[in-house]
Amino acid sequence: MWHDATLVAAKDLRIEVRSRVAVNQVAPFAIAVLLLFGFALGPDRRTLEPASAGLFWVAVLLSTILAIQRSYSVEASDGARDGLRLSGLDPAGIFLGKAAAVVAELLALEVLLTAGIALLYGAHLSGWGVLVLTCVSATVGLAAVGTLYGVVASGLKTRETLLPLLFLPVVAPVLLAATKAFDAALAGTPSRGLGWLEVLVVFAVLYVALGIVAFGPLLEDG
Amino acid sequence: MRAPPALGAGSDLATLTRRLAHLAGARRAGDMALRLLGVAALTGVVATVWLGLFVTPPDEFMGNLVRLLYVHPPMAWVAFLAYGVSALSSLAYLWPRTRSLSFDRLAGASAEVGVVFTALTLVSGSIWGRPTWGAWWVWDPLLTTTALLFVLYLGYLAIRKVPGTPEARARRSAVAALVAFLDVPIVYFSVEWWRSLHQPPTVLNPTTHKTYVHGSMAWTLLLGFVSFTLVYLWLMAHRYRLAKLNELEESEGLEVALAERRAEAVAG
Repeated sequence: MWHDATLVAAKDLRIEVRSRVAVNQVAPFAIAVLLLFGFALGPDRRTLEPASAGLFWVAVLLSTILAIQRSYSVEASDGARDGLRLSGLDPAGIFLGKAAAVVAELLALEVLLTAGIALLYGAHLSGWGVLVLTCVSATVGLAAVGTLYGVVASGLKTRETLLPLLFLPVVAPVLLAATKAFDAALAGTPSRGLGWLEVLVVFAVLYVALGIVAFGPLLEDG
Repeated sequence: MRAPPALGAGSDLATLTRRLAHLAGARRAGDMALRLLGVAALTGVVATVWLGLFVTPPDEFMGNLVRLLYVHPPMAWVAFLAYGVSALSSLAYLWPRTRSLSFDRLAGASAEVGVVFTALTLVSGSIWGRPTWGAWWVWDPLLTTTALLFVLYLGYLAIRKVPGTPEARARRSAVAALVAFLDVPIVYFSVEWWRSLHQPPTVLNPTTHKTYVHGSMAWTLLLGFVSFTLVYLWLMAHRYRLAKLNELEESEGLEVALAERRAEAVAG
């Protein structure tokens, strides 16, 4: 399973490196979202700075939808999905690999966005340990739900509209917990974010486990 | 069928007629039991309305507003019951030994009724909250969870509408139902924690009305619970029946149409 996961993750990341869709489209999209929040809330740093954690995570959530759609659109053409099914790879491994590739892309994006909230909103970066752990655990949860729903929606005619509708309400607790953990870290009291970190870890574990179990049958549907 | 089966139409038409007759019989039997359930549900609801509006006294603190509480908790109860049934039947569908499309239909029918009652819960809660808390909406854990449930299950119903083979559709829907259901406790606890770290509920504590409900009020509330559960069962049974007929229509509709056309051609 782990071996198959690394193979699939390496494949997806290699496609990203060569096609640069994440760099050329998803990252600029995330930055545009950050700028739009600035326009929506006004240029006053006293408004923007307290909101920066929430805005950061809303930007990540929206970008995750794009990353997931991209992750399945590379499987849509040239019968790639049938190839995956015929490859004899463990479905759980495929799930973990695809999710891991999304995690890697999103983590890179989050580094960019962290710089973005520091520069644009004047957030004071502190509590690095909690910041990093929050990013990792929240992103694993987001990628797991996204990859699971991605395969549910992929191959359907209404996938572009269906995926956000399915995905966003389910990850509402991730937005909540990650924002609170970030708030605590940015306010200089990272220990207050530890409880929220637990919520994120529980969420991630739960949905990774569900994905491992449920991905196989869903992939077969085609 | 409009045209009587013509003699020369062949044996396939005979089988088809038999099948349709069987189907019609099944439908009638369902109607009989269902009608009784429907009458019971309607009687219960009418009695609840009568007791709630005319017989019970106004509340000491809430006045006439208390009358909303005879329907609001039963609605919420039905919504959560419906989602529970939906999750259990989805699980039963995914479990290889109990895999059957009946469970899929049951999950869909139950979730659909659940969404209706969630909407009713939110609306009635909002109407109650406006004069009590002074706002149509407060970010209370229960309210927020219910609102998210509403959106979550709208997504579930959307995925059920996506065409595909019955098996593929059932599998997709069952996984979606489980993803949604697993989310409920996480949402509830995180929102509760979020609120308790912030501030306590403002104007008036959402009083646990059960502590001072007594006499005719308690009976009315109990009747509300029973009759709304009956309404749920009635709606769900009809929805299940319709889902089954829809599937039959999908699979046999073409055959019937062809047979009718052939019979017409022979008769004409």
